[in-house]
Amino acid sequence: MPKLIKGVGCPYCGSSCDDIEVLVSDDETKILEVHNACIIGTNLFHHANDPTRPKLPRMRQPDGSMKEVTYPEAIDWMAKTMLKAKKPLIYGFGSTNCEGMSAVARIAEKAGAVLDNCATICHGPSFLAIFDNGYPSCTLGEAKNRADVVVFWGCNPMHAHPRHTSRYSIFPRGYFTQKGQMQRTVLCIDPRETDTAKLADHHLMIDQGHDYELFDAFRTVLRGFDIPETVAGIPREKIKEAAEIMKKAKFCMIFFGMGCTHTDGRNHNIDAAISLTRDLNEHTKCSIMAMRGHYNIAGPGQVWSWQFGFPYCIDLTKGSHAHMNPGETSSVDLAMRDEVDCFVNVGTDAGAHFPIQAVQHLKKHPFIAIDPNFCMASEIADLHIPVRIAGVDEPGVVYRMDNVPIQFRAVIKGLPGVPSDEELFDMVYERMCELTNTQPVWLAAKADRKYPESPAVI
Amino acid sequence: MPKIELNMITQRSIEEGAAMEKGKTNPDYFDACSICEMHPEDMKRAGIWKNTNVRVTSECGTVIVKAIMPTQYVPPGLAHIRQGVWANQVVPPRTQSTGTPQYSGFPVTIEPAPAERLKTALELVQGAVGLWKGGQ
Repeated sequence: MPKLIKGVGCPYCGSSCDDIEVLVSDDETKILEVHNACIIGTNLFHHANDPTRPKLPRMRQPDGSMKEVTYPEAIDWMAKTMLKAKKPLIYGFGSTNCEGMSAVARIAEKAGAVLDNCATICHGPSFLAIFDNGYPSCTLGEAKNRADVVVFWGCNPMHAHPRHTSRYSIFPRGYFTQKGQMQRTVLCIDPRETDTAKLADHHLMIDQGHDYELFDAFRTVLRGFDIPETVAGIPREKIKEAAEIMKKAKFCMIFFGMGCTHTDGRNHNIDAAISLTRDLNEHTKCSIMAMRGHYNIAGPGQVWSWQFGFPYCIDLTKGSHAHMNPGETSSVDLAMRDEVDCFVNVGTDAGAHFPIQAVQHLKKHPFIAIDPNFCMASEIADLHIPVRIAGVDEPGVVYRMDNVPIQFRAVIKGLPGVPSDEELFDMVYERMCELTNTQPVWLAAKADRKYPESPAVI
Repeated sequence: MPKIELNMITQRSIEEGAAMEKGKTNPDYFDACSICEMHPEDMKRAGIWKNTNVRVTSECGTVIVKAIMPTQYVPPGLAHIRQGVWANQVVPPRTQSTGTPQYSGFPVTIEPAPAERLKTALELVQGAVGLWKGGQ
């Protein structure tokens, strides 16, 4: 009898929907149907059925081909390569659970590596602005229950977070927003008429790259001063009208995305957005939230901030303390300056999503990809180690875009012999300790690693 | 051959996301990402027919993609390649000291290249690092 599993979390975008239902075969090895998810989530779950999924690590041979090796061989090679490298870079973690992120930190410390996550090419500038200016944010539940004016600035949830609008921001009926969309006014600020802009009541078609000016214009208007006839391609009257809508809101919610962080200004755009939020709080209640891309990309920010004090771009090469300085210790900058001599790609695809010149620089040195499937990084790697898919055949804690932790469950049994990220990193760490004749340092939660002969000890 | 200077942005789309989750070597990913959207007026100025191949050149690279009519309206002067392997052939790695490359808002030159062939994702990435063995 196929089994319907309810309350499943979707390991795709930052909305981290936790109302998915998955129908699995009675032996719990195949996913038959996926309910409630968007097309991307549905494809993701079904892709786990792919019979060609790798079950063994693959090592690049001198002739350029890939040959399957055993897990112990792969772990040994990875441990030795990491120890040999002067400054390895461990990057990724958009698509894995917090347990894996915590485990990799042991390796990074041991190897004296730089630890970075996908935020570095995504919401990294938002972190910088948040350090400078604070983060007057809330949870998505508050947005759903309270927000009657929703602003989408440089983000396109209809494409990047397909169920965001129906679960949290535009359509749902909440405690103070019982009429759902009818009660909400939606503003969209985007240089294109995106599918989100088509949903909006007001679309301000900004000149691309002029976000800072428009944020500033809004602040100027809110403070009662006059602005030029057009700012960033938007007529004065339109800006005043939009500012008035935000000001008159009962609860204004600003969501911002890659349109602000990928373009000129970077963190300064977000800085201005946060200042606008603060200014709006003089008139009404206003909150702001980054549209984080992956289901657990807020995770490394939480886990590593707890472990090292920094969310991303963490340089552990000094051996004595962690050091963070984006621009210097960020993945793409390190790659372009040829400062790293080993690259580990975990749960992301730097091969496809880094500018190609950064990939070319990284490929000069040992290149390790840890990914459940074949991707561009795995196809150029010297070593590809497959792992289980977090949220599909491996459970774990994830942080949603509003930094709310959610326990995701596994819906099918993992491929036999394939470890999770956490297990793999623990094994690599143990091998590194063996090679250096040192004792592994385990946290209390890892008591079963410390005393392997009596796994019940906690 | 006429050329046109446009401002390039590379952003997500649901077609790209849905195809990516099937696998980056899947034909759907090729169809979803090896395209460039631009305003019909801009296409006319550069002598580009819709659904023909164009060469996009930025300060740091060049890529062949298929010019299509915008699926989401793009104003004149702006061009959009969906995030992915093709877009990243031309994305400048400069980060303004923040770690984030210039994925959006960089100048490109677009010219018709109807006789050129679109490369697959694997060919582009493996080719860039000297591992491409198959095809031309």
